[in-house]
Amino acid sequence: MTFPYSEKVLEHFRHPRNVGKIENPDGNAMEGSPACGDMVGVNIKVDPDTKRITDIKFESYGCASNIATGSIITELAKGKTLEEAKKINWKQASEALGGLPPIKTHCSVLAVEGLRSAIQNYEERHGLVKDQKPTTVEIVRKRLKKVMNPLSGLDLVHTELVKDITVTDGTVHVVVDIPTGHQFASNIRNEIVDKIEPLWDVKKVEVEFME
Amino acid sequence: MIEKTVYLDNAAATRMDERVLEAMKPYFFDIYPVATSEFGYSLGIEAREALEKARHTLANYIGATGEEFIFTSGSTESSNIAVKGVALSLGEKKGKHIIISEIEDFPVLHSAKALEKQGFSITYLDVDPEGLVNLNRLRDSITDETILVSIQHANQEIGTIQDIETIGRICNEKGVLFHTDATHTFTRVPLDLKKVKVDLITVSSHTIHGPKGVGGLYLRKGTPVTKWMDGGFQEFNLRAGLENIPGAVGFAKAVELVAPEENERLKTMRDHLIDRVSAEIPDTTLNGHRSKRSPQNANITFHFVEGESITLHLDMRGFSVSTGSACFSRSLEASHVILGLGGNHERAHGSIRFTFSRYNTMEEVDSVIDTIAEVVGELRKISPLGNKKEVQK
Repeated sequence: MTFPYSEKVLEHFRHPRNVGKIENPDGNAMEGSPACGDMVGVNIKVDPDTKRITDIKFESYGCASNIATGSIITELAKGKTLEEAKKINWKQASEALGGLPPIKTHCSVLAVEGLRSAIQNYEERHGLVKDQKPTTVEIVRKRLKKVMNPLSGLDLVHTELVKDITVTDGTVHVVVDIPTGHQFASNIRNEIVDKIEPLWDVKKVEVEFME
Repeated sequence: MIEKTVYLDNAAATRMDERVLEAMKPYFFDIYPVATSEFGYSLGIEAREALEKARHTLANYIGATGEEFIFTSGSTESSNIAVKGVALSLGEKKGKHIIISEIEDFPVLHSAKALEKQGFSITYLDVDPEGLVNLNRLRDSITDETILVSIQHANQEIGTIQDIETIGRICNEKGVLFHTDATHTFTRVPLDLKKVKVDLITVSSHTIHGPKGVGGLYLRKGTPVTKWMDGGFQEFNLRAGLENIPGAVGFAKAVELVAPEENERLKTMRDHLIDRVSAEIPDTTLNGHRSKRSPQNANITFHFVEGESITLHLDMRGFSVSTGSACFSRSLEASHVILGLGGNHERAHGSIRFTFSRYNTMEEVDSVIDTIAEVVGELRKISPLGNKKEVQK
């Protein structure tokens, strides 16, 4: 019998490494895939002097490829400098796993994006972003394209759930067209704050739900 | 690694019964010719008699006569003949409107979509959160242009049984043909033509321990269906092609082997799984109706985890189940049935379908529950979503 997954994929799927959250992470990110509804979260701890990733953890709400890639990416990134870790790509992750089915690219690429976003999040939070453009409504909207609504499996912008965005004196106000009592309202709120707050000139993020 | 597989995907296909194979064997090796007319040669006449005997067994089972039942290659073909055949027959004469439910299985759903591209107008009736069609909405949707209502008996994924008795009455009152896909209820849930006014019924052998590649279509006498696959004059000139006589004989045998006690046993296993899972595993949702449900089906969403991960873990432990998650399907589309229950992607993402058969035991049901509790618990530990309560043992 031929299985679509390599031994290595199955091994990481069954025994994922570095699972969970880091308390007070230096950088964190959550990525969602509109195609299949998977999500992956990445937390990193960074040595401020050497800029090396000293600890990394991941979480997955996803299929086998998503879990295995999340696991391998933590192994690949641990101990690397941020510059080195940024260069890790899907191909390397896939090779380290002994290959992934092509149809599963989109769910496995999420972990790579998660790692990159966590590094970017660290750099933004620590004033390491070189090119400091002022935050605009467009920049906020672009970031909200990475916030997924688990109910539709699609991002907030694509599903037209973002009703309004305003940016005034470092305060970003986002109006989302879901009720406060929505099953995933607090997840969505946290994700929005996580995505927008690290922008260098943003002081406050307000998320308003519609009743 | 796996000593014995516990197969719980019986809605997809069942293990064939040895007694069915025994019944079929002579028609491969001894009476192997095609069915000839009564003026043919002896072996061909014998073959024809076997085919007609099988036809009568199947027709009688639903209270029909032999001339009202044709053999096909399976439920896909049966539903295609029904939906497209009626469309071809009445489209120009009466109208181009067809009503189906939005949770129909692919043969009906995609036949309707194909007709839509050719200028037919299709009403896709939505369903309530338990999967039931709203009968008032059905009644209101029927117009002078409506030629066919096609609503399944039980759903392939969530098991919900529609009130086909009332649907049949509504269609009859309005003078509209009614087709039902009974692939997942045939021999499991009674369907008596004396009680139910239905014009076309799709059935299949693969769900009841019969051979794959054979199904049937009941057509009430006089139902206008135009033949569209051209060839010979077989099956009352409605379905061309060499008759699958071993298949037809096997199908009839499979029907004879289903005892009412068996369906009670399936129901007991189903209820045991639903009750134990809802009592022991937090954050689960039953998909489909609790009681209006085919006896062999349980479908449950395990929140905060993804279905392909569950099925792969179960497979590695020797259990075969399926999921409505997009990640599991070749098309990467989430189940249209679970989405139809409330447009909820998260609910499809973690949905698992268990379907039981003659060969499953209560021990197997208990062991799949124990295993899935463990698997879901492990996967929730790595999930970023929601309350990650420990799964109770």
